[in-house]
Amino acid sequence: MMLFSAVIDLLLEPFAYQYMTKAIWVSALVGAVCAFLSCYLILKGWALMGDALAHSVVPGVALAYLMGLPYALGAFTSGIIAALGISFVRRLTMLREDAVIGLVFTTFFAIGLLIVSINPTSVNVQSIVLGNILAISDEDVVQVIIIAAISLAILGLKWKDLMLAFFDDSHARSVGLNPWRLRVLFFVLLSACTVAALQTVGAVLVIAMVVTPGATAYLLTDRFGVMIGLAMIIGATTSALGAYLSFFMDGATGGLIVVFQTLVFLAAFVFAPKHGRLAARRAARAFSSEVDAGSREENAVKRSGLEEETTA
Amino acid sequence: MKSRVLEIHSETPARSLSAPSGRLMPSIQVNNITVSYTNGVAAVRNASFKLGASTICALVGVNGSGKSTLFKTLMGFLTPSSGDVRIAGLPVNTALKRGLVAYVPQSEDVDWNFPVLVEDVVMMGRYGHMSFLRMPAKSDRQAVDEALERVGMSDYRKRQIGELSGGQKKRVFLARALAQGSEIILLDEPFTGVDVKTESAIIDLLRAMRDDGRLMFVSTHNLGSVPDFCDQVVLFNKTVLAYGPTATTFTEANLAEAFGGLLRHVRLGGSDLHDDADQRRVTVLTDDERPLVLYGERDQEKHIKPDRGGAS
Ligand SMILES: Nc1ncnc2c1ncn2[C@@H]1O[C@H](COP(=O)(O)OP(=O)(O)OP(=O)(O)O)[C@@H](O)[C@H]1O
Ligand SMILES: [Mg+2]
Repeated sequence: MMLFSAVIDLLLEPFAYQYMTKAIWVSALVGAVCAFLSCYLILKGWALMGDALAHSVVPGVALAYLMGLPYALGAFTSGIIAALGISFVRRLTMLREDAVIGLVFTTFFAIGLLIVSINPTSVNVQSIVLGNILAISDEDVVQVIIIAAISLAILGLKWKDLMLAFFDDSHARSVGLNPWRLRVLFFVLLSACTVAALQTVGAVLVIAMVVTPGATAYLLTDRFGVMIGLAMIIGATTSALGAYLSFFMDGATGGLIVVFQTLVFLAAFVFAPKHGRLAARRAARAFSSEVDAGSREENAVKRSGLEEETTA
Repeated sequence: MKSRVLEIHSETPARSLSAPSGRLMPSIQVNNITVSYTNGVAAVRNASFKLGASTICALVGVNGSGKSTLFKTLMGFLTPSSGDVRIAGLPVNTALKRGLVAYVPQSEDVDWNFPVLVEDVVMMGRYGHMSFLRMPAKSDRQAVDEALERVGMSDYRKRQIGELSGGQKKRVFLARALAQGSEIILLDEPFTGVDVKTESAIIDLLRAMRDDGRLMFVSTHNLGSVPDFCDQVVLFNKTVLAYGPTATTFTEANLAEAFGGLLRHVRLGGSDLHDDADQRRVTVLTDDERPLVLYGERDQEKHIKPDRGGAS
């Protein structure tokens, strides 16, 4: 009994610290929004885009520090410029999307590193690259909450329009939507959420936040609305769990979140009802028994056909 | 045996598929347009024609004659470098915003792995009728049910869109155009890759919609079925070679000009056909499986309508 209550006390300990509760809630929120966006990203084959944006914000952050501006503003601005730059170059050159993404984001990252190396004290690069949710300031919390709330609201209103524009550009136009404008809206949201995610998991792992939940949910359903719901649940719970457990493991929040997301993905990969490996095997087995049944039926038909002929 | 699909089609269009009252008169006006691609190919040159309500008009021409280009221009995807297009008297973009035009392209440029079901795709046709939240009302669901029923795809409504055969996919996108309930429907080769039964079902449906006052513009290679269901014809090769009522426009001479010797041309007359001095002769023109058959005295030949439906 003593042992039991000691375990409970230990498990509840993180909630005694305000910074932990804050970290858990903020992570869950960021995880949910990133998961929402991930559904679109993976379907468009833009998975790399998350990575690109996360790296592209570095010069913006560095410049913002230099000029004494809020760091999120700098990050957001350079993220947007990179995203639009990518679509713009893509439109003009007919190069494949991945080539353009690689080109643009390494350029941005290089510029960022250059600025940082010229002004060595100006930025704590490690906190951008690895994130540090446990040390998040109240100011940043407010920032993240505002970004996430606005993004969620817009996505909630526009998710079907975005889906149509991404699924079938020309039909979207024929019902009076403007796919180009929707795409820009999406990039703005993605940049904003990347900035928010930087705080929780850092630049290197943002890509997991905006890819894995969507990829997992994709295996579990054939409906886009359901996919978004599942992805958000996965994103929010793994993020909260990662933040919570990082209390016991001293600060590896980003790593933990991503490990949990990967575990969920693996589970879906094996057990998903329709697209999982086990289901595929079951289907193969069912097929072979169906073939047996089918050939029996065929024989039956042949027989009855013969009978008809003889009676006629 | 008469198929279920055919029976459904012989009904008059039900309310939810027909256009709302107080509607604009459908029309297409093309005034001397020239359309070029970015590589400098002028695919359409100085083309003009005019179509009105209660019409099924065929667009006939060889491969590469610019039929698809013309459709894309009517949809505003390409902008003419000179001349202009008016739809129901409105500029193209205004007409699209009002949901006046539905379009089924020659081949769908969509991601077949997208997690949407057949019924979700057809529902996309209704977006123009919904409020900005895109919540389907009862009338929208009804229109979807009916459209699916009409193309004989009701049994597949819960399938993921990629899990269909080529012809079935085509039928789904036709259903979406039907569900859209537009006054003007543009069909770019709707009959390639669909079976004869479906083709006659679609034709019956087009007739019903014509009787409802709509305007259908259909590009096709099936010369034989043109006199059967089209009241107007536009013969096209980069420009309008001839256009007008089928009986006077769809003649051997015009077709020979449009196809420039690319048609198989078989003529039987005199002693090959008749034992007496009968002047009538048979002419068969074909570029694929559905030939055009003309019979009668020289220059007074009539279209022989192929026997459709039950016999095939
Ligand atoms: N995207 C493009 N860029 C450049 N040229 C193009 C493009 N699409 C088509 N063309 C050219 O424009 C001309 C008209 O093409 P279009 O697709 O309109 O023909 P079509 O009449 O629809 O032919 P089909 O019967 O094969 O469908 C062709 O010469 C074609 O090579
Ligand atoms: Mg074409």
